[in-house]
Amino acid sequence: MSTLSFGLTMLVVGMGGTLLTLWLLTLFIRGLTALLPPPKNGNKPQA
Amino acid sequence: MLDAFLTGLQGLAEGFLHLDGASLVMIAIAGVMFYLAVAKDVEPLLLLPIGFGCLLANLPLSELMDQGGVLKTMYDFGIGNELFPLLIFIGIGSMTDFTPLLANPKLLLFGAAGQIGIFCTLLLALAFGFPREAAVAVASIGACDGPTVIYVSNLFAGLGKIDPSMVGALAVAAYSYMALVPILQPPIMRLLTTEKERATKMPPVSGKVSQAALIAFPIVVTIVTGIVAPKGLPLMGMVMLGNFMKVTGAVQRLTKASENEIANIATLFLGLAVGGTMAGATFLTTQTLLVFALGLVAIVIDTVGGVMLGKLWYYLSGGKMNPLVGAAGISAYPMAARLVQNEGQRWNRQNFLLMHAMGANTGGQIGSVMAAAIMLSVLKGIGMI
Repeated sequence: MSTLSFGLTMLVVGMGGTLLTLWLLTLFIRGLTALLPPPKNGNKPQA
Repeated sequence: MLDAFLTGLQGLAEGFLHLDGASLVMIAIAGVMFYLAVAKDVEPLLLLPIGFGCLLANLPLSELMDQGGVLKTMYDFGIGNELFPLLIFIGIGSMTDFTPLLANPKLLLFGAAGQIGIFCTLLLALAFGFPREAAVAVASIGACDGPTVIYVSNLFAGLGKIDPSMVGALAVAAYSYMALVPILQPPIMRLLTTEKERATKMPPVSGKVSQAALIAFPIVVTIVTGIVAPKGLPLMGMVMLGNFMKVTGAVQRLTKASENEIANIATLFLGLAVGGTMAGATFLTTQTLLVFALGLVAIVIDTVGGVMLGKLWYYLSGGKMNPLVGAAGISAYPMAARLVQNEGQRWNRQNFLLMHAMGANTGGQIGSVMAAAIMLSVLKGIGMI
């Protein structure tokens, strides 16, 4: 693999993979917060 | 008798006789690190021990980095096997509050945009002739996260792909630029945004997240990221372990130990051992200067990436997103978030961006570790590690 191919592979797959994984995580977080909603009184939990 | 005196005196003069220019320059560099750490409060927890390790390793006839020497022992014990950065990651996880991110998960995308500097710098480093592994190590400065840089670079050092002395240069560059974020980011933020965009008022974050969601979050992140990028599992796993202990509240002693004693001891030993790798003969090269220059470029591009995504979001949302929030999508936590809050208030006194910025900033923490994990997994995929 040439240096240019290596660099472009890392850029496209690396950045694309990071973006895709984090987007996937946003979906999981949405699912989590929908499945486990805050209590009705709306108190912020003590984390 | 006189001969014995002379021989004895010669022994005392040995150190002076071996004092060379490189040692003197490195001692001066250690002095600069002390000045920054003590007088300017620039990342003192790291720069002070790194500076002292550098000083100890560069005194003439120092045997501290020889086999059996105290710095070499620390290096082998905790850096050669990646232990210290990972212990620090447990502490980072136990100190991070992901509530703002869970309240507004879209902000995680800023954490991705804030990593663009890593990959652009990788291309630049390759263009400057760095070998591939060294280029990846240099690019990791764009993660804006010291332990990640040390983890990635030391992985290559351990495989004999880069010189161990490069770990020291990379660590110093990473921590120095992290400390310089308040100076580096505001001009970029102002340059890329209009006054109207900067003054955009955002609604308050609800902050309503259930305890159960907060507890499930680190487990879900560990599983998802571990499956996507197994090579980065030690990094993400330790961050999420620390956070899991924090949010459950079940092991408060361990949480406190992680964020205090364990993180502090690991930081001290890591700093000393990294400083010990900064031997003048290998550190004082044009390559080191390039590492510092490329590290700066990486963090600038990260900020540009975050702010540009913020601008895009501003236009797509009809002016509801303040683009400054994008600048917090880097890993310098909570510094970058506070910076966004201050900058936002500068242009609109009624503007409170802190919680949004905290969400983006914690997204940046996850993003930086994820980017490193993805890079390592891609490298494994193409057979380089």
